[in-house]
Formats: sequence, C-alpha cells, structure tokens
Amino acid sequence: MAETVVFVVCAVGAVASGVAVFVLDSMARATFALLASFLFAAVPLLLLGLSYLGVLVVLMMVMEMMVMVVFMIMYMMNPAGLMPMSMLHNKVGALAVAIGTFAVLAAGVFLVPWPAREGAVPADPTLLLAEAIMGPHMLVMMLVGLVLFATMVASVVLSTPRGRYDRYGDDLRRARPDDPIDGGLGR
Amino acid sequence: MILEAYLLLAAALFSVGLFGALSQQSVVMVMMGLELMINGVIVAAAALWFFVSPERPDGQVLVLVAITAMAVEMAVGFAVTTAIFRTRDIDVVDSADDLGDRDR
Amino acid sequence: MVESAPALLSPLVLLVLLGVFAYGAAAGAAVLHARAAGTAPVAAIAAPARESARLLVQRRRTVPGADTLLWRLGGALLPVAAVLAAMVIPLGPVAVSDLSVGVVWFNAMEVLAWCAVWLLGWGANSVWGLVGGYRFLVQGLSYELPHMFALITAALGAGSLRVGDVVAAQEEVWFAVLMPAAFAIYLVSALAMAFWGPFDAPVGRDLAGGAAAEPAGADRLVLLAGRYLLLTVVAAMAVPLFLGGGAGPLLPAWAWSLVKTAVVLGALVWIGHRVPTVRMDRFTEVGWMVLIPLSLLQALVVSVLVLVR
Repeated sequence: MAETVVFVVCAVGAVASGVAVFVLDSMARATFALLASFLFAAVPLLLLGLSYLGVLVVLMMVMEMMVMVVFMIMYMMNPAGLMPMSMLHNKVGALAVAIGTFAVLAAGVFLVPWPAREGAVPADPTLLLAEAIMGPHMLVMMLVGLVLFATMVASVVLSTPRGRYDRYGDDLRRARPDDPIDGGLGR
Repeated sequence: MILEAYLLLAAALFSVGLFGALSQQSVVMVMMGLELMINGVIVAAAALWFFVSPERPDGQVLVLVAITAMAVEMAVGFAVTTAIFRTRDIDVVDSADDLGDRDR
Repeated sequence: MVESAPALLSPLVLLVLLGVFAYGAAAGAAVLHARAAGTAPVAAIAAPARESARLLVQRRRTVPGADTLLWRLGGALLPVAAVLAAMVIPLGPVAVSDLSVGVVWFNAMEVLAWCAVWLLGWGANSVWGLVGGYRFLVQGLSYELPHMFALITAALGAGSLRVGDVVAAQEEVWFAVLMPAAFAIYLVSALAMAFWGPFDAPVGRDLAGGAAAEPAGADRLVLLAGRYLLLTVVAAMAVPLFLGGGAGPLLPAWAWSLVKTAVVLGALVWIGHRVPTVRMDRFTEVGWMVLIPLSLLQALVVSVLVLVR
C-alpha cells in the first residue's frame, strides 16, 4: 500500500515537473524542474529493487543538470525569466503529436497482452547486472566505453576554438603553450 | 504495483519530452525534451525487467545503455551548440536548418 | 562488520554526533584563527556559539529580483545533503542504514552540494554569489572524477559497494596503507567538496564571500552549519573507507570510529588553516592531468592485487 502511494506521488511529480520544464519562464527553474523530474523518476527504479541503477540515475542527473544549467543560462536570451517571452514554434502541431503519441502508447500499454513473469527477482539485481556486462553482455560494455571515449574527443574537438597550432605555434616548436589561461602545472 | 502503471508513467514522460523536442526553439530546450524521452525509456526498461524477465539481465543492461545515450546526447549536443554559436552566432534551431530542404 | 538487521544507529544519535563534530570543526577553525591573530585561543572555543546566536537574531536579507524559491532551496539543501550522505557511515559496527550500494549513495548525496552552492549563488541575484556558484561548478568538475575513482577503488578492494563490507575487508590491512594514492586523493577531494581551505574560492574573500556573500541571519547560519556538516561527513567517511572503521585495540569500536573521525577532521581543519586558496584554473589542470591518471593507476594496481589474491 505504502509502495503504491509512493509510486503515484512520484509518477505524478515526475510528469508534472516534466511539464513545468516547458512552462516555466526562468531557465534556472526549468533546469531544476527537469532535475526534479529525473529524481522523481528514479524512485520507481528504487521501488523495483534496482538500487544501484536508481542511485546511479540520481548521481548522474544531478551532475548533468548542473552542467546543463550553465549552458542554459549561457545560450538562452532570458535566463532568469524576468522578461516573459515565447521561444516556441508550431506549438499546436507539437501538442497534437505529443497527445497522439501518448494515446497510442497508452492504448498499447493496455491492449498488448504482456507476457507473464518468468522466474523470480534475484536477491541482488546489481550482481546480475555486473555479471552480465562483464560476461555475456560484455560487447555492450565495450561499445559503451568506446562511444563515451569518442564522445569526449568529439565534444572537445567541436567546442574548443583553439587547436595545437594556436597553442604551440605554426611549426609546433613552442616550448610552453600560449594559453589565454595558465594551468597549474606550469607547462 | 502492476506493469501497466509503470509503462503509463514511461509513456507520459516520453510524450512530454516529445512535445518539448518538437516545440522548443532553443537548442538547449530541445535537448531537455530529448532527455525526458530517454527518461521514459529508462522507466519502461526497468519495469519490463522487473515484471517480465527478472532473471535475465537484459532490461538492466538496456537501462545502462539509455543512461549512456543520455550522457552522449548531452555532451555532443552542447559541443555542437557551442561550435555553431561560435561560428555563426546561432542558438535557435530555426536558424540552423541548412540541411532541411525548405526553399529559401 | 556492520550488521544491518538488529542493531541500527538511531538517526537522532547520528544528528547529535554530526552536530557536535561540526561544532568542534568550527571551534577548531576559530581557535587556530585566534592563535594566528594573537588573541586568546581559549575564548575562541565559544566563538561559533556566539556567532550562531548573533546570526539567529540578525534580520534575514531580502534582495530585489532574487529568485527566493531557488535561493532558500539551495541553503536548505546543503545540510540536508550532508545528513543524507552520513546515513551510510557506520559508527563502530552500526549505521543508520547500511545500504547495499552505500558508496554510490554517499557519492550521489554529496554531489547535491553542487546544486546547493550554485543555487545559493544564483538565487541571490548578486554578481558575487553567481561567480562563487560558477567557481564551485568548475571546482566540482575538477575534483569529482578523481573522487569517484578513489571511492570506487576502496569498493574494488572490498569487492562490494556496501560500506560494511569495505570495513570488513580491512581487517588485515587498512586501505590507507594498501591504496595510499586513493586515500590522498580522497582527502584532497574532501577539502574541495566542502569548499574548505585551499578550495574555498567559491566563498572566497576576493569575492566578498562569493556564494555566501548575500545570505544573512538564519540563512547564513544554515549555510555555515551545512558547510561544517559536509566537512564532518567527508572526514567521517574516510574512516570506514580507508582507516579500518572501528578497528583498534582496547577501546570499543564506536569509540575508535569517533577518535579516527576527530583526527581526520582535525587534520582537514588544520590544512584549511595553513594552505592558501588555490585558483580554479590552476587546480583544474592539476585535477585532470595528475589526479585522474593517478587515481586510474591506483585502481589498476588494486584490481591486479584483488585478482592475484
């Protein structure tokens, strides 16, 4: 019973704060509404016994939203929402598509004959996951690692305006890089 | 609790995210919509793991992949936004539709 | 060993202990400051109490255009995050809640400090606060990865994310001896997390107090208390992770936990008093070029050790 109450509160909270993201004027508040939505959505994961994945979602989302808030405020024209303005296009069409999608998905949820559960929930789901990604599902883990590494390289290449020729000179012979901000290692 | 409740929550999160991704002009807000959609996927994968095949790890692995997809989406999204803002001073998707086939 | 079922630490006991240690940290800092300033060090022991009383009767500041909701939320989040993180810390053999993913829980809760400091800076609608909040994010991005690797190295050595198992794995040799680099990195990141000592740039004097510039009265009291609580919690977590938890001769386990916590906390407060503030841009390069490779190497060494053992 208590579980049901917690689930309903968190589900309503997750959807409501998800809607708030696109309603609020202040970009800081919108970001924290999104964070609230993620935190609410992590609780159902914990209810399902996925303690590791649930806490991981909390950990990652907090850090991710703190990075996001920086970009939100950097790129939005109205970061504090003190001057209400609309940044929407095709609002009616988007609303229709979203409601239509929800209707189709909800119909699917109730019409699809979901299979009955096979087997029991393991005592330690974290161990199950760990053994899977270090065993039969290792390809997933390797791909995830590669993709994350490629992401790091790609995002640095895309976002930095200065390359090694800017830092080390045209013939790359400068002993100390010419950086606008010095690092702590005195290179 | 039943599977349908969790899937309904996932569907609602996905639809709210879809609305955001379709209707927002700012690149960062579009990314927020995408994140909400992926969040729906996470909830659905976890629920299907628990209610359909808890002895197989597939659902949990899918959650892990979805979390990674979210991180990649955010990092590359911000990098692209930064790059396009730096070169062309653009921060809304309507101005960055060069690859679209609309007549100008 | 931490037994989960019968003997649980009462949350009230935890709160009282955290409060006592946080007050001790504040008093210690005041004593060191008084000694350096040449005034009576003994009188400084009561300084935090006097300051608290003063802040309680001081009027709360209101700022035009402030985002009051987020501002108050940020202030409240700091002590709440510290207490939530402390839930998994065992006192001798008992903890409030010995979660199966205790190490990850601790990490997730302490990261809430990022939110708290940024919100405090943003909400006040003050340039000093905003710069302070952004400084803490830069600092966070520099210390968090080495910190995570240090935590995960301790968990790796024990083969479990449960804090009780980490303590049990140190019966023969403390992890501070087995993995000194991870321990050192943990202490550095602990200072950075509580924006204390060399890492106090987010609330630095060059920013007129930074994220702490605008809060006054009760708000400021909550902010300062939250910061000392956070320092206490990260110091207390070093004990089960690296210093063998309650292990020790003669004294009971809970007493050893308290003694070790006091020693680590005292060391952190002393370092905070001795070392000057480090600039963000300098620490970032140190964090990414030195601390991350170092923590990865440490994790590699420990994994090999675990495999051959």
